[in-house]
Amino acid sequence: MKKNLALVWRRIPQRYRLIGSLCESCNEKFFPKRHFCPKCRRKGKIKDFQFSGKGSVYSYTKVSVAPEGYESMAPYYLAIVKLDEGPLLLAQIVDCEDDEIHIGAKVRKAFRIMNKDGKEGVINYGFKFIIDN
Amino acid sequence: MAGICSYGAYVPKYRIKVDEIANVWGEEGERIKNGLGLIEKSVPGIDEDTATMSVESSRIALERYELAFNKSAIANAVFVGSESHPYAVKPTATIVQEALGFSPNVYSADLEFACKAGTTAMIIINSMVDSGKIDFGIAIGSDTSQGRPMDALEYSAGAGSASFLIGKENTIATIVDHYSFSTDTPDFWRRQHAEFPSHGGRFTGQPAYFRHVISATKKLLERTKTTVNDYDYFVFHQPNGKFPQLAAKQLGIPKEKIDLGLVTPYIGNTYSGASMVGLANVLDNCKGNERIFVCSFGSGAGSDAFIIEVNANIRKIRQTEKEYHRLEYYIKRKKYLSYGMYAKHRGKLKGLED
Ligand SMILES: [Zn+2]
Repeated sequence: MKKNLALVWRRIPQRYRLIGSLCESCNEKFFPKRHFCPKCRRKGKIKDFQFSGKGSVYSYTKVSVAPEGYESMAPYYLAIVKLDEGPLLLAQIVDCEDDEIHIGAKVRKAFRIMNKDGKEGVINYGFKFIIDN
Repeated sequence: MAGICSYGAYVPKYRIKVDEIANVWGEEGERIKNGLGLIEKSVPGIDEDTATMSVESSRIALERYELAFNKSAIANAVFVGSESHPYAVKPTATIVQEALGFSPNVYSADLEFACKAGTTAMIIINSMVDSGKIDFGIAIGSDTSQGRPMDALEYSAGAGSASFLIGKENTIATIVDHYSFSTDTPDFWRRQHAEFPSHGGRFTGQPAYFRHVISATKKLLERTKTTVNDYDYFVFHQPNGKFPQLAAKQLGIPKEKIDLGLVTPYIGNTYSGASMVGLANVLDNCKGNERIFVCSFGSGAGSDAFIIEVNANIRKIRQTEKEYHRLEYYIKRKKYLSYGMYAKHRGKLKGLED
């Protein structure tokens, strides 16, 4: 993973703080960031946008067989979260019991470890979500 | 004058009972619970560490400020006090400042002074605000400390974090005076690359905790010509539930004045967070005009004593805060772990990648 340091570093604002984009021409919000509004094309005016980190569960699944680097977290919930401002994103729902999660459940952002590059590499942090009851 | 503008405390959801640990080692749970004055301790989630908890407690402080005073606070200094920084080299503070959106105009650093690094951060930030160098700063005390399996500390080493937003605008409390007392005392330490700390057993009591906490408290009372009667609450560093009670007894402080600030019996020792999390619990129950005496302790060893005066502005926080801003929410929210799950959470299993 060490060769991806620059990529990881570039994504810090998006991963740590949910910084996405806003098109000032049509008021559409995007996550992840876009440099170009698909609706307004050349007339779009894109700028950074800070999402509130509040949203709801749009759909979810329980992951029992986790991909490499996430094994110790299994089983865990992976959800498509609909942010209050519109965009959908994929994220883990943490500290969550089976009877707490359902479609439409309110969630809010949490700051967690995403993965670690072995014992000596960097620790990658970012957003996950917790149930907001 | 500088003061506390907002604050927040965070404790992870997971707990392990003293009985569960005692069972594994063939010890009597009752005897240990009575001896340490605690029934269970907090355990971080698998994806939580000092940096993530620091962000959570700071977000609570910043959200509270924003809701109470209708404006956001931009901190120009971030200090993280901890003895469990995720990296040996690479600051926790830069991770935290970035997650809070304060980069790049920030003066930040990690502090280490065993369990008193967080209160030391408070004094530094308070002085920086008073000097006019910064408008706002955040002082954090956060730890996910480890206890060696089978060691007495395994029963008490918990996880938690507290953040104090310090500034001049909209202060809810002021640090009227502070005094520090420190000496070179080898009561507790962890060498470079050692996984678990070592300690001097009974030596951690009289010459370490009690000498420093009691001396710092007495000196500050003397200096300010005040007595125990002048304060509504006392908050002491709380490595277990017993030490602060014994210190209070020696100082002639009635039990009612320490109960609110004593949370270790339910969440364990949060190390750098301990006295600050206790202070957060007291502030959660203040309505204005309270006087609070706080005394931290860090092994190695030293104590920072503070006098805090709460003002009526705290009512604005009371009126606008959310349930999850209050420590009580985190104390009540809990899921018990078996010893096996606890070992997994703390990466104590040999052969597993951390
Ligand atoms: Zn557009």
